[in-house]
Amino acid sequence: MVDILEQSLEAACQQIRCGAITSLALVSACLEKVQDTKDSGCFLHVSESSAIQAATQSDQRHKNRAPKSILDGVPIGLKDIFITRDAPTTCASRLLEGYIPPYDSTIVAKLREAGAIILGKLNMDEFAMGSSNEFSAYQPVRNPHNPDKVAGGSSGGSAAAVANHSVFAALGTDTGGSIRQPAAFCGTVGLKPTYGRVSRFGMIAFASSLDQAGPLTRTVRDNAIILQAIAGYDDKDSSSVEQSVPDYLEGIEQGVQNLRVGIPREYFEESLPSAMAQALAKTKKSLEEQGAELIDISLPHSEYGIATYYLLATAEASSNLARFDGVRYGNRVGGDDDLHAMYQNTRSAGFGPEVKRRIMLGTYALSAGYYDAYYLKAQKVRTLICQDFRDAFSQVDVILTPTTPTTAFGMGEQLNDPLAMYLSDIFTVNVNLAGLPAMALPIGFDEDNLPLSCQLIGRPWDESTLLGVARSIEKYGGGSI
Amino acid sequence: MANHWETVIGLEVHAQLSTKSKLFSSSGTTFGRAPNTLVDVVNLGLPGVLPVLNKEAVKMAIQAGIGLNCTIHPQSQFDRKHYFYPDLPKGYQITQFAQPYATAGYLDIAIGGSETKRIRINRIHMEEDAGKNVHDSCALGSRSVIDFNRAGTPLIEIVSEPDLSSSQEVVSYLKSLRQILRYLGVCDGNMQEGSFRCDVNISVRKHGKKELGTRTELKNINSFKFIQQATEYEVERQIYLLEAKEVIVQETRLWDSTKQQTRSMRSKEDAHDYRYFPDPDLPILNVSLEQIENLRNNLPELPNKKKERFLSDFKLSEYDATVLTEEPEVATFFEEILNHHRNPKLAANWLMNELLRDAKETPLHQLKFGAKELAELLALIDSEVISGKIGKEVLGILKEEGGSPNRIVESRGLKQVANSDELKPILEEIIARHPQQASDYRGGKTKLIGFFVGQIMKETQGKANPKLVNKILKELLG
Repeated sequence: MVDILEQSLEAACQQIRCGAITSLALVSACLEKVQDTKDSGCFLHVSESSAIQAATQSDQRHKNRAPKSILDGVPIGLKDIFITRDAPTTCASRLLEGYIPPYDSTIVAKLREAGAIILGKLNMDEFAMGSSNEFSAYQPVRNPHNPDKVAGGSSGGSAAAVANHSVFAALGTDTGGSIRQPAAFCGTVGLKPTYGRVSRFGMIAFASSLDQAGPLTRTVRDNAIILQAIAGYDDKDSSSVEQSVPDYLEGIEQGVQNLRVGIPREYFEESLPSAMAQALAKTKKSLEEQGAELIDISLPHSEYGIATYYLLATAEASSNLARFDGVRYGNRVGGDDDLHAMYQNTRSAGFGPEVKRRIMLGTYALSAGYYDAYYLKAQKVRTLICQDFRDAFSQVDVILTPTTPTTAFGMGEQLNDPLAMYLSDIFTVNVNLAGLPAMALPIGFDEDNLPLSCQLIGRPWDESTLLGVARSIEKYGGGSI
Repeated sequence: MANHWETVIGLEVHAQLSTKSKLFSSSGTTFGRAPNTLVDVVNLGLPGVLPVLNKEAVKMAIQAGIGLNCTIHPQSQFDRKHYFYPDLPKGYQITQFAQPYATAGYLDIAIGGSETKRIRINRIHMEEDAGKNVHDSCALGSRSVIDFNRAGTPLIEIVSEPDLSSSQEVVSYLKSLRQILRYLGVCDGNMQEGSFRCDVNISVRKHGKKELGTRTELKNINSFKFIQQATEYEVERQIYLLEAKEVIVQETRLWDSTKQQTRSMRSKEDAHDYRYFPDPDLPILNVSLEQIENLRNNLPELPNKKKERFLSDFKLSEYDATVLTEEPEVATFFEEILNHHRNPKLAANWLMNELLRDAKETPLHQLKFGAKELAELLALIDSEVISGKIGKEVLGILKEEGGSPNRIVESRGLKQVANSDELKPILEEIIARHPQQASDYRGGKTKLIGFFVGQIMKETQGKANPKLVNKILKELLG
């Protein structure tokens, strides 16, 4: 049974379409896999009965030769940050334990519309705050390549579930690297689209000006297929943009002939682990061999990215999380008729340590008297970082960098050192500050058999080029799993 | 003593825009619906929801800004204002803090006679309203519940400069502001329902002093009368304290209408740090200059313009023009009468004397007839088909039953008798029945003609044409 899970999402779609396999068989195999890999901590909720029901309906549609889309019948997973009307949505927080929302997020509605089967809700760092998935209020996610290593975060459940073949694809969200970093740690393909490309409606907000949803898959083509299903303007999200959505598979095999690939020196100054440096060198060489031109570039304000990001993201988070007050939903902890005690008790009991830390940081940054020095200053630096990228993209078509400074670190290793943890986002946060699309792509394994990854950064709205370059690396350069 | 002191007052008015839906979501805004029936996932602040700006609200807000002579900014921005309160679903209110859409306006108010005073408006910004906490006690004990119907309702806050110097000016400003918003159709101005609320910032200082005194703020007073009383009380209280060499505490105070005094609600020390910052869910609001000009050119006629036109075009008296333009509904009704029958003076008299007197109980829109029917009635009077007296009778029937004045007059036989062949025999008989009065009249008591008119009116149920009756009487008694 298990071998049907080894194939790509695209192959599974084709098999369903030609009748070689049923959606029900795929769903059953996935559910079995979920059971077998239970210790990995990927799932917070498995929608067994609704998935089986949806698969049965999908099979009927295929029988009638009226599938909803290419995705009809394929099991996928959702980070538990996406609002689903039929399943608990907790954001891996105690505060929302058991909360079943009354509506569907736009992404979920689109995926249902396409006939995709939602297998369940995937683990994450609480409210998407964390880089190791150890800040889930329920359980950490273990790295599928080595259970003593973290899966990365915050979309760790999504990356690990794709890597261990529990699902054919998963949706994650990326505020400062939350799709790309766990994708890198788990050896999967992760894409953060351009800010505004995918609707944020129904995605529980961490930092509204940075959050963007995107796919995690095992292949580049699979990634394009999922992006196709979720991309597009949504009138329920004022930050989504009316920008035409191209066909992402068309031209994905075109290669990199004459493409200018920027190599930003600031991203290679850090002492990278040697296996990672080698894999990146091999990737560059492969691109050159395929006809791309490598160009040295500079992104001079990169070093301010982490500080800027953690000021802005925490400021927005402190505001976004104010609604979790125990009044209308979530788990209230009473205060003996004292309103403020109720707020305090609810939030003290409901939020975990990293969430509290960030609310405190953000509240401080927005306080009267500090606003100019922190929030406003950070916004100015953000503008400079955007300008860096604009300048760079006048010379190059795509930028290549490492995704993370290290491979997956050990469980518990950075848990008590928030700063070290924050620095694991050093290569990813600037992309969010600039709102650009970026991908993490597997490029082999190190000596401990941990995945290595490179990051590709594109022009706004140019996910197509990213996918094309990624496909070239996947075919000729990197080592997909 | 008190006249050493100068009062300085600034006003913050919250006016609810008359949109169908809320500022950032699609649920309705009707007042008085069952609790929590005008809510949706967005204005309940559920996890994951996002605001989408209501374009109609922006349009109305801009109209208000233009009507109040403000500079309308093509770019403005929404900010989040944070505080925890159960009626505030998101833990923040979306408002405009750093970049409001309108600034630097003014409003000319009447200050007795034909004199006016210009009150500068500092800014107008858009924001969403909060819900309502309801504390009720029942047999099972007391509890607090929340009605979110009002949450997310669009408001504009109109902030004046501290240019007002008396309670009369405050009321004049508020009445005039409310009138303009009602004329523009952007706010119904209903103070009981909370669509027009006012905070009064009051301080006093010695005459000639430049710097302002410490101010107190009176919050949420819901009638002009209470605003006037509260302002007067507060001014006196401050002067009293200062003359006693005491200190004014900067604080928010409430008006207790039963005790007829203000009392402290919270002091500045309790003031929140609202941690304003631009709402990342909402892009900068861009309004093109063309859009602004378009709204400016299509702005409904404002009350002072209308009054001027009533004076010049209809030759109404100052008083009549003032009364008829006070409420947009009345002005519209008046003009509609004239559209059907153009006799401004007659229309003004009938509207003011016969309908506006009862307008408190029966507002014009609740009448069983419209301006067209009243015009029809006035036309019957003007063409002497009926007398004014019968006209009032017909109006009474209209008020009770509605219908068409022509048909009422026809079916009830109320037409004037204006035929001397018909009237002459009746009058001859009346004179014959009253020889004494007839001879007294002939003897010089000409006032007695009224007696004979009365007699024939009695006999004809008021239908005899008075002019003709007079003419015939003079012949017969001459």
